[in-house]
Amino acid sequence: MAAQKYITGTCSISNNQVFLNGEKIFAGATKPMDELLLSIYQHFQFSYPKFHKMDNLSKLGWLAAELLLKDFDKSNYHAEQVGTVLANANASLDMDLKYYDSIKDVPSPSLFVYTLPNIVAGEICIRHNFKGENAFFVQPNFDIGFIEQQVSFLLDNNLLQACICGWIDVLGQDYKAMLFLVEKVKKENAEEFSAKSMEMIFNK
Amino acid sequence: MIVKSPGVIPEVYIVADNILSPIGKTTAENLQSLKQNISGIKHYTDLDITPDPIAAALFEPDFLTIDKNYTKFENLLISSILNSINQLPKSYLSNKTALIVSSTKGNISLLETEEHTEDLNKRIALHTSAQLVANHFGFVNQPIVVSNACISGVLAILTGMRLIQSGCYENVIVTGADVISKFVLSGFQSFQALSKSVCRPFDKDRTGLNLGEGAATVILSSRKQNESDVKVSSGAISNDANHISGPSRTGEELGFAIKKALLNAGITAHDVGYISTHGTATNYNDEMEANAINYAGLQHVPANSLKGYYGHTLGAAGLIESVIATHAIKNGVIFSSFGYSENGVSKPINICTKLTEQPTKHALKTASGFGGCNAAMIFSK
Repeated sequence: MAAQKYITGTCSISNNQVFLNGEKIFAGATKPMDELLLSIYQHFQFSYPKFHKMDNLSKLGWLAAELLLKDFDKSNYHAEQVGTVLANANASLDMDLKYYDSIKDVPSPSLFVYTLPNIVAGEICIRHNFKGENAFFVQPNFDIGFIEQQVSFLLDNNLLQACICGWIDVLGQDYKAMLFLVEKVKKENAEEFSAKSMEMIFNK
Repeated sequence: MIVKSPGVIPEVYIVADNILSPIGKTTAENLQSLKQNISGIKHYTDLDITPDPIAAALFEPDFLTIDKNYTKFENLLISSILNSINQLPKSYLSNKTALIVSSTKGNISLLETEEHTEDLNKRIALHTSAQLVANHFGFVNQPIVVSNACISGVLAILTGMRLIQSGCYENVIVTGADVISKFVLSGFQSFQALSKSVCRPFDKDRTGLNLGEGAATVILSSRKQNESDVKVSSGAISNDANHISGPSRTGEELGFAIKKALLNAGITAHDVGYISTHGTATNYNDEMEANAINYAGLQHVPANSLKGYYGHTLGAAGLIESVIATHAIKNGVIFSSFGYSENGVSKPINICTKLTEQPTKHALKTASGFGGCNAAMIFSK
């Protein structure tokens, strides 16, 4: 039942730096979270007006996915064959605090909708037209063994053929995104998908 | 501990369950209320959490037994789990047991009562509550938290089923709860999604949803405990990839999840005896769901929405409604869809208007939520 699975791409955003497949592709000065996210967006000359309406969690995840999927050929898959398995520690608390502050005036539906952690998965799915399985887990630290097990189950049972998995967490000025693209097709420099290989990349 | 035996995929059964809601503290009490057409939704004009009159299903202050060491949210989880565990022999749960907690907003109401500090951020975190609950019962494995909008409860059961199927655990306790706070209420008010009266899922006069408080638990196991234990056959999740707060126009994505769940259960649309819908009574949800049910060829199957009894209990909804679905199989009873009288969706759908007795072998549970997520699960005799 177990299929061969490979990590065919990785993207991390943390400490004002962006790494794509292990290579540093952006280094910025320390600045507030909002400005940092915008500077990454501008640096790569993205053009996606909806980005500006998103909360910081969705922006962070959207940027990491955008870079991760730069060379991803969607035409190899049906929309239903690609999905996401994501996790973080603070759910949507970053936005929850902002929304709660705002309700002293008039509560805004456009803020409230981001007070759920899985909205970032929705944004990634909308952008890339992924219609497969989604799951969002909240855990104190990235539980690599658990995420590996979840993703393997989906791919081994042919519930998905490609999966974006990883960690996207934001609270105030603290943040980290680390996404993995897992596929069954071996590509150049692709590592075998395992908890061990994920751990090495995550902690690098 | 690994309990994997190669090549054998274990069956997954629900060996104990609980619903803790304003209309009952046990599953049996809830079934009794539904049988008598008792809704938990009441009109309120003097709540601290809103200046407006609302209709909601809320716990009365003295209804719950509260342990002061825990928040209301955690107390709901603990009470619901305790009632479920008490249905099993003492030594039934081993260290091969996992705990899965489903919630959308957990302890968010602490923002309304406590001073905001860094410690409060940690106290609000869903994994903090899950760990406290695990510690309370002495569960040794790190708890799993599912927070995936309104499909959380169904996704939590599906996650538990898969963990047992993959041999990671023998038993999984799946629990969920949500509490109605100023935070949650103001958000749904801002969406103008709330009905001023008791909601009317799929009806032509529906005007929106009611919020509700509740908790529920199912204990999944690879070992059948009673002859009547219902099997968790299969499930599937999909995403609309369309809009973060509005459902798909076609319903094809939920329809696809339903078809996939049927396929994985090895059954066809004709084998389904009952559909427990999400049925929130908002215009868009019910329309989308009717489309999906037609897409999957299930428009003739008796269906209901339980939102007229419970309101929308968010992270608990999928669990509460799944427990009722399993009892449709056990007892051969489908409850009347509270609030429904005339079809208000553009596709045909067979909504139950009275208590219906019929043997049911397979039941379908559906759910959809913000972020475009959809879930479908099949329970079987």
